[in-house]
Amino acid sequence: MSMTPQEYQELCNKASPSSKSLVRIPTAFAVGGLICVIGQLLLAFYGSLGVSEEQAPAWVSITLIFLSALLTGLRVYDNIARYAGAGTLVPITGFANAVASPALEFKSEGLVLGLAAKMFVIAGPVIVYGLAASVAYGLLLVLASLL
Amino acid sequence: MTLFIDCVKAFLVGGCFCAIGQLFIDRTKLTPARILVAYVVIGVVLGALGLYQPLVDFAGAGASVPLCGFGNLLAQGVRRAVEEQGLLGIFTGGLTAAAGGVCAAVFFGLLGALIFRPGDKS
Repeated sequence: MSMTPQEYQELCNKASPSSKSLVRIPTAFAVGGLICVIGQLLLAFYGSLGVSEEQAPAWVSITLIFLSALLTGLRVYDNIARYAGAGTLVPITGFANAVASPALEFKSEGLVLGLAAKMFVIAGPVIVYGLAASVAYGLLLVLASLL
Repeated sequence: MTLFIDCVKAFLVGGCFCAIGQLFIDRTKLTPARILVAYVVIGVVLGALGLYQPLVDFAGAGASVPLCGFGNLLAQGVRRAVEEQGLLGIFTGGLTAAAGGVCAAVFFGLLGALIFRPGDKS
């Protein structure tokens, strides 16, 4: 049986991702949704402690980041991530995992160029483009105020 | 009861953000790193347009926990800083708003890496 590379590619596409997507998208939905529910419960918890409405979301983020770093260290987070995909990636815990996981993994290459440098392999681009977008927005705001 | 409804809203909206992310991972060649970058930048844009805050008001953690909520935070930080400090705010607003999350991720990431031992992910 002979086929062109294009036909082979089509066959591969048909065979692989769509069947996985049927499982992976609902899993991502459920796991990601659950992480957000934990966030919502933490929000209510900090509210009941008397934390102001302005500060509570920041405490929720910091708590989730702490939990994510802890679960990454215990090697629980990456195991869940294998099944949950974007469900564990898109929440802020995914960002924390992207910092903690390479830091741990590359510790053996040294504390400076291993642990500390590799920490920003994924977080670095996120910060770079997030900040660049915020500076662009700031420039637009200043320009708009001059008009 | 309000807490239960808040949790349902957070689950549905947060779940949707993740399902969309998974769809992009499965159907396009976007790597997880690019998804994260895209979510933050989209969050900044939606925050700048004033479209994201209503979603946060509706879904709470369902909108603030996904990484686009982080982008929205950056946009809000810049807006406030420009109002208060003018030109300087362009440069101070973003990082100020992101400070808590970035610092926590770096600090706990460092602590975790120092305490725990790396190993195979089994």
